[in-house]
Amino acid sequence: MREEIGKIQVQVRRGGPDDGRLVDYEVPLLASQTVLDVVTWIQRNLEPALSYRFACRVGMCGSCAMTVNGRPRWTCRSHVTDVMKDGRIRIEPLRNLPVIKDLACDLSGFFDKWQRAEGAFVPTQTRKDSLAPIAPQEPARQAASAGIECINCAVCYAACDAVEQNPEYLGPAALNRAWTLVNDARDGGNRARLQAVTGPGGCQSCHSQQGCTSHCPNALNPTRSIAGLKQAAARAWLRGEL
Amino acid sequence: MIRPHRSQPLWYAFILHRLSGIGLALFLPLHFYLLGLALGDSADFDAALQWTEQPLVKAAEFGLVFLLSVHLFGGLRLLVLEFFAWTAAQKTLAAAAAGLSFFVACGFLLRAI
Ligand code: SF4
Ligand code: SF4
Ligand code: FES
Repeated sequence: MREEIGKIQVQVRRGGPDDGRLVDYEVPLLASQTVLDVVTWIQRNLEPALSYRFACRVGMCGSCAMTVNGRPRWTCRSHVTDVMKDGRIRIEPLRNLPVIKDLACDLSGFFDKWQRAEGAFVPTQTRKDSLAPIAPQEPARQAASAGIECINCAVCYAACDAVEQNPEYLGPAALNRAWTLVNDARDGGNRARLQAVTGPGGCQSCHSQQGCTSHCPNALNPTRSIAGLKQAAARAWLRGEL
Repeated sequence: MIRPHRSQPLWYAFILHRLSGIGLALFLPLHFYLLGLALGDSADFDAALQWTEQPLVKAAEFGLVFLLSVHLFGGLRLLVLEFFAWTAAQKTLAAAAAGLSFFVACGFLLRAI
């Protein structure tokens, strides 16, 4: 057991979708403690019914994101000492998603938008064909690589004011995914994809405020991807494909 | 309004752009009214021009030119962001748009006084 070096005053949002309230807890401060450790400590020692999500605890699975002192973060990779203000932390569910209970949100709308943005790969070859030769330095490959490390954590989605104002907006993560596929030479779904990501709720709804980019824990740049989609859509429109 | 997830330079650039747009939209009716005076009664127009010589109005005009150039350069910044190859220097672009606007507005004020 690590040595206790102080106390943290923690506020946690508890309750169902409509009766949310902040509840105070006092939690021992430990060295190298993450916000997820704090939530787990509360659940094990004070509030067994506390609902929250996590799996990997190392920034791989994307399930532990919450709002910590007003900002969306991966709780498993946020050290308490980095986010604590005057010995206090406020932990709430992610913004822009319906709450199920306590800190757990319903992410189905978020993932539905990945489908609506044609985020699924559309193969053009069969397993009998040989591998597509793609040079690592090709610009399209590099553009795809820049966006491909997304782990679907919805941090960017929670940081996005355009999603807050327009619930139909596909959001940074789904559009970033669409952009990686637009740059995938093996994919055959681009015409439908560009149609899916333009129009109401599409890439043009992005205000380029870059809240997504400044919060993505993987240092991805969804705004750049969305700008790429806007350009591709403009070109497709000039060609009469939209 | 400035909630924690918004406290980053590019959100400030966004809100400045929006507010400048609203400010300009509010000013336009007055602008057209004065232009209308120039077409009609020249005595009224002269009186209006006299009125604009007051220091306070001059200061307000400085604000107006600032709004106009902030909106112009902010708009150019967005066009560069969305239609040119991506540059990493987004915050520098935003700062340049604001700085350039301030420069233009100061230039106007120096000429006006
Ligand atoms: S783009 Fe970043 S913040 Fe958004 S879902 Fe992917 S990993 Fe999370
Ligand atoms: S840049 Fe676009 S997608 Fe990213 S937070 Fe802003 S509006 Fe949302
Ligand atoms: S628990 Fe998997 S990313 Fe945090």
